[in-house]
Amino acid sequence: MTLLEATKVRHFFGGLCAVGDFNLDLHAGELMGIIGPNGAGKTTVFNLITGVYQASEGSIRFKGTELVGKTPHQITALRIGRTFQNIRLFRDLSVLDNVRIAHYAQSNYSPLEALLQIGRYRREEERIIENSQRLLSIFKLETLAGETAKNLPYGMQRRLEIARALAIGPELLLLDEPAAGMNPNEIDQLMEFIQWIRQEFKLTLLLIEHQMKLVMGICERIKVLDFGETLAEGPPEAIQNDPKVLEAYLGEGPIG
Amino acid sequence: MSAMLRNHWDGLLEQRWLLPVLLAIGFVLAFAIPEYNLLNKYVQLVLMYVGINIILAVSLNLVNGYMGEFSLAHAGFMAVGAYTAALLTMKVLPIAAYPGLFPLAVLAGGLAAAFMGLIVAVPSFKVRGDYLAIITLAFLMIVKSVIENIDYIGGPRGIPGIKRLTTLPWVFFWVVVSVWAVRNFVYSKYGRGVLSIREDEIASDLMSVNTRRVKFLAFMTSSFFAGIAGALFAHLLQFISPRVFDIIKTTDILIMVYLGGIASIGGSILGATLYTGLMEILRPSTVAGLLSWLPEMIFDPLNEYFIRHLGVWRMVIMPLLLVLVMLYWPRGMMGLREFRGFIPRRDREAHHRLKTLEKQGTP
Amino acid sequence: MSDGIVYWLQQILNALQLGSIYALIALGYTMVYGILTMINFAHGDVFMIGAFFCFLAATALGLSFAPTLLLTMLGAALLGVVIERLAYKPLRNAPRVSAIITALGVGLFLENFTLALAPYPKHIPPLLENVTWNLGGVSVSSLQVIIIFLSLGLMIVLDYVVHRTPVGMAMRAISWDKTFVPLMGIPVNLIISITFAIGAGLAGAAGTMYALAYPVIDPYMGIMVGWKAFISAVVGGIGNIRGAMIGAFILGGVEIMVAAFFPSTYRDFVAFTLLLLLIVIRPYGILGQPRIQKV
Repeated sequence: MTLLEATKVRHFFGGLCAVGDFNLDLHAGELMGIIGPNGAGKTTVFNLITGVYQASEGSIRFKGTELVGKTPHQITALRIGRTFQNIRLFRDLSVLDNVRIAHYAQSNYSPLEALLQIGRYRREEERIIENSQRLLSIFKLETLAGETAKNLPYGMQRRLEIARALAIGPELLLLDEPAAGMNPNEIDQLMEFIQWIRQEFKLTLLLIEHQMKLVMGICERIKVLDFGETLAEGPPEAIQNDPKVLEAYLGEGPIG
Repeated sequence: MSAMLRNHWDGLLEQRWLLPVLLAIGFVLAFAIPEYNLLNKYVQLVLMYVGINIILAVSLNLVNGYMGEFSLAHAGFMAVGAYTAALLTMKVLPIAAYPGLFPLAVLAGGLAAAFMGLIVAVPSFKVRGDYLAIITLAFLMIVKSVIENIDYIGGPRGIPGIKRLTTLPWVFFWVVVSVWAVRNFVYSKYGRGVLSIREDEIASDLMSVNTRRVKFLAFMTSSFFAGIAGALFAHLLQFISPRVFDIIKTTDILIMVYLGGIASIGGSILGATLYTGLMEILRPSTVAGLLSWLPEMIFDPLNEYFIRHLGVWRMVIMPLLLVLVMLYWPRGMMGLREFRGFIPRRDREAHHRLKTLEKQGTP
Repeated sequence: MSDGIVYWLQQILNALQLGSIYALIALGYTMVYGILTMINFAHGDVFMIGAFFCFLAATALGLSFAPTLLLTMLGAALLGVVIERLAYKPLRNAPRVSAIITALGVGLFLENFTLALAPYPKHIPPLLENVTWNLGGVSVSSLQVIIIFLSLGLMIVLDYVVHRTPVGMAMRAISWDKTFVPLMGIPVNLIISITFAIGAGLAGAAGTMYALAYPVIDPYMGIMVGWKAFISAVVGGIGNIRGAMIGAFILGGVEIMVAAFFPSTYRDFVAFTLLLLLIVIRPYGILGQPRIQKV
């Protein structure tokens, strides 16, 4: 079953074409990787899917719903979560609040109920705290709930960002360079971890990554992008040996 | 010793009876003070100004502190509330026959201001930072300019002869309501949305926060209470004119907010109280009164060269204070921190219980 | 000439006079914004201080026009540098809001400090013999001519400095990139000081000319004129020097037209509504470029 489908998506910055002709067909439960040289429009694609940028042309559908024209929070509320290439936590807020904020669309009480503290307010707030604590303990951050996010070490900030993205209750999770700044050992752990949350949260995953070890290690399908256009697509083995890819992006010789 | 005191204090804050009892004492005092003249008239007046300023500071903090925007429009919202309420009590409502209608006028002032807040919130969808500051300032100037050009409401001369209907109990009531409402707002999903906008608006949107709705709510709540404060202010001062609500009034409120501390209700209460007190103490008459015990030989020259001119110099001290606070104390006295009593028990426990685990060792 | 044409020529002349004063002040806003992306809310009050310097030079020192103008510009430039060093420099890496608030505070301080020293409005003695010529029904005063041409001269000099000299090149480099320019050996602090000095000096010149044209000055005169100049800078695209000049003449023209058709109390209303609409619709002004926000 197709979960996310993009057809003929184009995007311009001013007159500059950032994404030429982007097509994607992501199946439910799949783990797909996007690779490509710097400036290939990978992050732009994420921004187009999540509504940060509006596609100039084309259509992006999630479970049959058109995403082009929707605002980021509407798209997120359809249960598409994401992380950022350069961590974007709410730096001055507590670890707990970082996760609680992402419950906005999944919690259901009106401003009036909030102001007067009546109706669904209490029950919903308790549920948010409970779920946040559950997520934090999965990520081994539960003891740091009261800590300010910016005080966490880098690795923990990365984990918190994923925890926060999971708090919106995603079916589809977009990870933008999750292994950035990690050593090979940490990458191994991350690979295991990604597989685990995929099972645990029944996720479909789309990830951008430069670390070939991670991409080749866990992705079932890989898409090679250049100016948003698909240069090649297929399972890791096929990509590793695709002459077009080798020439255009990876240079001479085999990769691994 | 101090730890023990602290424990007692924390224990006291946990008691459920504490809040109703404090409120009851507050109301009894608010009624008793003017009734039995427990304090002299001047102190009573200052108390009411302190109360109005608390409402203004707490409500402005919602937009400028919690949301991290920079609104200069607060005096404009105040003007809308003041003029609406004053017109109602002077021209529409039969106040002379039935003064009990005053709360309706105040409420109407708040609602009118909230409506204006709705309008100012719209440009905040697109612009932030300096540009939003300019927009809110333009709004302030436009409000002033519109009032100046309408003869029916007195034009630049303003409205004299407003009835003095603001009383200590009413001020106390609205202080309680504004603090309670802003506190409830801040510790809800909408309040956390406001905080996340301050931190990173795009990330906030991508974490499913409906930023437009949250901005609407924040601006409306903030301007509603500015309108309430304006209505109370008009019926205390008994005279309003466009000049009363100019940029200097906004600056006053800004100082209270930033002195007390951004994103802190306790800080705003502290800032408003200290600043209003300081400005009253620096009045020539107050200083002269305080120093009247000095022998004439010293008092007279001091009065001649210093005290008599304080009226002007306190206006110099005010902005200087603001600049010094910004340079050396950019988050103010209680910046980003809160008086424990204002934090809901649920929030405190969720942060606290886990924080104590930290001492037993982090993985 | 027909009465209609005479009337309009007269209005255009008035608009040029008002516009050139706005332009001189607007340049300070736009230069500081260009280099620090900060709105110097105290700039209008530097203009006011300039007018008071002019008063002091003309009365206490009894100077004539040229030395008064020179002294005023120097004094204002010095004030601009001092404000930058004491109040803004420590906040260069602080949140933007801190800098805005500080600038507001500095402005209010200048106003109230001047008020404490000079509680009553001051009259500027006529420093120039004002001759009025009648050109086909249009009355042109020598003062108007001096104001317009002197302002234009200063603007041409500034434009030359910014676009043709090493200092100007350094200014433009800093406004382009603040991270790497210091690594190229450009003394950033010095250039920023020079920027403030030039901006404030021009505001001082504007203060002098304004004081000569409208010879009663008071400590709060800088607020409105400063805001109008700021609107001019936004109209032209803030950060853009030529835009500021164009914007100033546009605003001067709009204001004179409004005053010609409506009661003069509508002037501020129109000016601020224009600002509001512009910021919402075209925040980067006439000559500015929209910026793309990176995620």
